[in-house]
Amino acid sequence: MAEPPRVALLVTCLVDLFRPSVGFAAVALLEEAGCIVEAPRAQTCCGQPAYNSGDRADAKAIARQVIAAFAGYDYVVVPSGSCAGMVRVHYPELFADEEPAELARAEALAARTHELVSFLVDVRGMTEVAARWDRSATYHDACSGLRELGVKAQPRLLLASVAGLSLTELPGAELCCGFGGTFCVKYPEISDKMVGDKAVDIAATGAATVLAGDLGCLLNIAGKLSRLGIRVEARHVAEVLAGMTDTPAIGVPAA
Amino acid sequence: MDATSHAFPANARAGLADPTLQRALGLARTGFPARRQQAIERLPEFEELREEGRAIKDHTLAHLDFYLELYERNVIASGGQVHWARNAAEAREAVLGICRAVGARIVTKGKSMVAEEIALNDHLEANGITPVETDLGEYIIQLRHEPPSHIIAPAIHLMKEQVADAFRAAHTELDPGRPLDDPRALCDEARTILRPHFLAADVGITGANFLIAETGSSIIVTNEGNGDLTQTLPRVHIVVTSLEKIVPTLEDAATLLRLLARSATGQEFSSYTTVSTGPRRPGDLDGPEQYHVVLLDNGRTDLLGGEFQDMLRCLRCAACLNHCPVYAAVGGHAYGWVYPGPMGAVLTPALVGLHEAGHLPNASTFCGRCESVCPVKIPLPRMMRHWRAREFAQALSPPTYRWGLRLWAMLATRPALYHAFAEIAGRALGWAGRGRGRFRFLPFAAGWTQVRDLPAPEGRSFHSLWAERQRSGGKR
Ligand code: SF4
Repeated sequence: MAEPPRVALLVTCLVDLFRPSVGFAAVALLEEAGCIVEAPRAQTCCGQPAYNSGDRADAKAIARQVIAAFAGYDYVVVPSGSCAGMVRVHYPELFADEEPAELARAEALAARTHELVSFLVDVRGMTEVAARWDRSATYHDACSGLRELGVKAQPRLLLASVAGLSLTELPGAELCCGFGGTFCVKYPEISDKMVGDKAVDIAATGAATVLAGDLGCLLNIAGKLSRLGIRVEARHVAEVLAGMTDTPAIGVPAA
Repeated sequence: MDATSHAFPANARAGLADPTLQRALGLARTGFPARRQQAIERLPEFEELREEGRAIKDHTLAHLDFYLELYERNVIASGGQVHWARNAAEAREAVLGICRAVGARIVTKGKSMVAEEIALNDHLEANGITPVETDLGEYIIQLRHEPPSHIIAPAIHLMKEQVADAFRAAHTELDPGRPLDDPRALCDEARTILRPHFLAADVGITGANFLIAETGSSIIVTNEGNGDLTQTLPRVHIVVTSLEKIVPTLEDAATLLRLLARSATGQEFSSYTTVSTGPRRPGDLDGPEQYHVVLLDNGRTDLLGGEFQDMLRCLRCAACLNHCPVYAAVGGHAYGWVYPGPMGAVLTPALVGLHEAGHLPNASTFCGRCESVCPVKIPLPRMMRHWRAREFAQALSPPTYRWGLRLWAMLATRPALYHAFAEIAGRALGWAGRGRGRFRFLPFAAGWTQVRDLPAPEGRSFHSLWAERQRSGGKR
């Protein structure tokens, strides 16, 4: 058998601060897929807030730190399509005007970096998980994962193998939920319209849970569902795939 | 038209609070994307066609001077004239000059976004010439004295009841009791009113979807046929357009037309595609005596060779508007100038200045749907990001926002401090939110909690839990 790959988990700042459970679910899934997992402590954030706000200098400083922290691993795996897209798609763009050696390091990291669920399926060849969850759910395709990384079929494939889970397709699953990083606080009324429409679409499926692969979108969606008094819980897809659904859902107090 | 793009947030709030607008946008939101999707599914080579379209435009832009000169030579050879206009004022004067030379009093107009860009109607009116819009949507908004809210469906923000009201107010010579509930009745009435104008007009003004260098021709596409009447009946035809509409050959235009109709309305081809080459020749059955092209630059050539050059590929198909969730929420008027939606968010700062239009490239979640449908693959989000970088570099963004970012970046580049902060913040917020699991209001996150709850953190940071797990040598 081949050596198990050494995988570094890029935790993301939102998972670190808001929902460590997602990080541990990712670790469990990666171990299930035969990887040795580490979480380098020199990591903080991927730099996306600075990059998307036009602050190239700070974005570069943070990206340099990420590139150094994650050097030497076989893969870097991220439980977020948005942060994975930042490294995979945007780091090479960010360093396009820098020294060739630095650009090459950014490109090398980009090539080894994957969003969690697509890594499990496309790189590790996973086709099923061992989890069981007797529940109905629907799935929202977060934008960056979908359009920058082509994450669409992979979560559906693995969710189909969760015993007891019935998955209903969400109409407009590919429409943005209105999170957009700093967008949601800079233009709260527009964001509200988008996430309000999303909440109504979710409620219309009749599912008990909404799943997605990005915690930013999930915090936004969960927050709107609860503000509207819609009783649908929100979870990161990794929690369900790892069978770690005993924790309270996002925004639900511990019993 | 004076830009109100600086007031985008207020404009957007007004749009969100307007129930009629929201009903109209609700219809457009699903209609256009569904029709485009069906049209594309019927054309398996659509993706290759997009690549081809992009290549045609890129090639033309790389040799723009060559093709423009060739075009001008061929316009002259076919008996027409080209008027180069560096800016809006020069373009307005050129049009006015032509109208005055023939003593024009009534001018009919086909739909032209460039005419909107140079605010042509106001200028003609101020000089005693009556412009009559002949595209139904343009005619409606002309009656209502408002700008278009969409680049191919200018009156998309209106419901048919509002159109009926506008017609009743304007067409006072007709029976006030006539029924106008049916869209058909509205069309018929517009047709009846417009017909005498077509015949009376001294000058017809149209835009152009494409200019053909090899023949000196201009092409317009319409679904109403109004463009044909506008350009063939009067004695003088003026094409008001901008220089990036140029393509080398008719063949190239044919490729782009296949992309355009599918991306715009989901049609295989627009109902009318009209090629005009010069004025009427001896033996022609119809056509104008004079053929003029007013060719506007207005800052476009400044984009060549820079990070916004790709924007000059734009075909004005409106697919990016039709698929934009922000446009669908606020409508086109919120953008405060001629070009709304994602293409406007990139183009408007270039044409009216970042100072005026800085909000537009910021008001995007970068969901990427615009780029994914653009027939010529314009990387719209990337260019909006370029504008944000310029804004940041020129210190145009709000100071509190800039300082917040700097603070975050300082923390993010000091991992030890960062981890201490995450653990403390996680514990504090987790503790404060332990009762309900969420916050209905948080003072430093008011933009968030204004419209939705903030889920409380679980209470510990991942990294501190991970460190504990490592120390205990295994599972949590
Ligand atoms: S940017 Fe692309 S999608 Fe938008 S109007 Fe132009 S060609 Fe169409």
